[in-house]
Amino acid sequence: MMILKTDGLSKHFGGLIAVSDFNVKIEKGELVGLIGPNGSGKTTIFNVITGLYKPTAGRIYFDGKEITRLRPDKITALGIARTFQNIRLFSELSVLDNVRVGYHLRLRSSPFAAALGLPTYRREEGEITQNSLRLLEVVGLADVAQEQAGSLPYGQQRKLEIARALATRPKLLLLDEPAAGMNPEEIRELMAFIHRIMDEFDLTVFLIEHQMRLIMGICPRIFVLDHGVTIAEGMPEEIQSNPRVIEAYLGVEEEE
Amino acid sequence: MRKETGRVLTAISLIVLFLLLWWAERHLDPYLRRILNLIAINIIWAVTFTLIYGYTGQFSLGHAGFIAIGAYVTALLTLAPAQKEQSFFLSPCIWPLSTIQWPFLPSLIVAALLAGVLGLLIGIPSLQLRGDYMALVTLGFAEVIRVINMNLQSITNGSLGLKGIPAYTSLFWSWGCAIFTISIVWMLGHSSYGRAFKAIREDEIAAETTGVSIFYHKLMAFTIAALLTGLGGGLFANLISTIDPNLFSFLLSYQVVTIVVLGGVGSITGNVLASIIYVSLFELLRPIDQPMTFGSITIPGCPGMRMVMFSIVFLLVILFYRRGLMGSNEFSWRWLLSKLQPIFRRERQEG
Repeated sequence: MMILKTDGLSKHFGGLIAVSDFNVKIEKGELVGLIGPNGSGKTTIFNVITGLYKPTAGRIYFDGKEITRLRPDKITALGIARTFQNIRLFSELSVLDNVRVGYHLRLRSSPFAAALGLPTYRREEGEITQNSLRLLEVVGLADVAQEQAGSLPYGQQRKLEIARALATRPKLLLLDEPAAGMNPEEIRELMAFIHRIMDEFDLTVFLIEHQMRLIMGICPRIFVLDHGVTIAEGMPEEIQSNPRVIEAYLGVEEEE
Repeated sequence: MRKETGRVLTAISLIVLFLLLWWAERHLDPYLRRILNLIAINIIWAVTFTLIYGYTGQFSLGHAGFIAIGAYVTALLTLAPAQKEQSFFLSPCIWPLSTIQWPFLPSLIVAALLAGVLGLLIGIPSLQLRGDYMALVTLGFAEVIRVINMNLQSITNGSLGLKGIPAYTSLFWSWGCAIFTISIVWMLGHSSYGRAFKAIREDEIAAETTGVSIFYHKLMAFTIAALLTGLGGGLFANLISTIDPNLFSFLLSYQVVTIVVLGGVGSITGNVLASIIYVSLFELLRPIDQPMTFGSITIPGCPGMRMVMFSIVFLLVILFYRRGLMGSNEFSWRWLLSKLQPIFRRERQEG
């Protein structure tokens, strides 16, 4: 079953063409990678899919429904969650509260019930707290639940961001450079973690990576972007031997 | 410490507070009672500002407008028809306002609801903006309300103002409403909605992609704050018994901001402490407005000299104590008990 499909997606910023004619089809349960050199438009694609940017042209379908010009929170409610390249936590809130915010969109109680502390609200609040703690357990942050999110070390902040995204109960998770700044050991751990949550939460994952080598090992299917244009698509082996990819990407890396 | 212990302690302290108020209402002179009433009213305004700014992160300078609406509505609803006829000598008061006289409670409720509706209407355009722009627009709306009050001669009596408003506001009314406001804002602020407000304050983009509807939550916080601010405005009018449009200038909004910054942005405890300090200082510093002589230098008396002192205090706070009295910390029984424990222990050892 198709979960995400984009149809000729383009995003221009004035004269700059950030993304042009991007077409992706992702099946339920897949793990798909998106790579490309710096400034090739990877994050822009995520921003357009999650509704932060309005596309210049093209359509986006999620789970059989068009979501092209929906508000970001509506898109999240439908089941797309994401993380950010430069971690965006609610730093002054506690770790637990960061995750609890993720459950807010499914809250049924009205503000009146919350302000008056009615039993229906209290029951829901209890459920939210329990679920959040369970989620923190899954990502291994249960023992720092009361800490301020901003005070966590970098690796834990990344995990917390994923936990917060999971709290919104997504079907599709968009990870923007989850391995940035990690050493090989941590990256291996992260990859195992991604596979684990995919099984546990029945997720489809679309992930951006910047390092070619890393993504080759984990994503069965990869899109390669250069200057906003999709220059290749396929299995890692196909990508590796694609002359356009080597020219745009590997070639540059060799010079370094 | 268990949750129940905290609840019991809160209940006991509320009872003690009301016994104290009951005593104050009977035995304190009107001047001191008025100061206590003003403290409670300022607490209401500071706490509602905390809901908008401290929790949701939207800097609004429109408080004076909502206060004015609350004040004028209760004033007009509670004023005796004879008094209205006497005051409105430039152009008579319009019907049916000229004939009605309501009791205090329904007047307050209508005042609060109207302020809430106005908050909704002002919030819809202004909350599209961020930061300083939002502050400017709300400031502008408050000024618009002041100018309208100035010119609606047959409703507000224009710049002549309203006189002889019945002094219904007692310590029970003002502190009752203050505690009501505190508990609503506290409960909301510590609920799932409060977390959504704070998420917006921390990072709008992250909040949005975590499923928080930014505009809906901002508007909710703004409207509830406007409603409760109007309630405070109603209490204010029936306390001071004479109001005119210029009482609700932007200076009043700044007064609320000053209190909140002094107390610590985002702390209701700070709001309460700062309201007490601000209103008390305002009275204690009265002598400064009088002529003063230092040796051979004589400073002529000048009303408003006190405000200079406040500006200095405000500057010092911003320069050296940026997080205010409380920062964003709140009072809790757990904290108090942990402070008291060593004292008790020492006594036991000595005994």
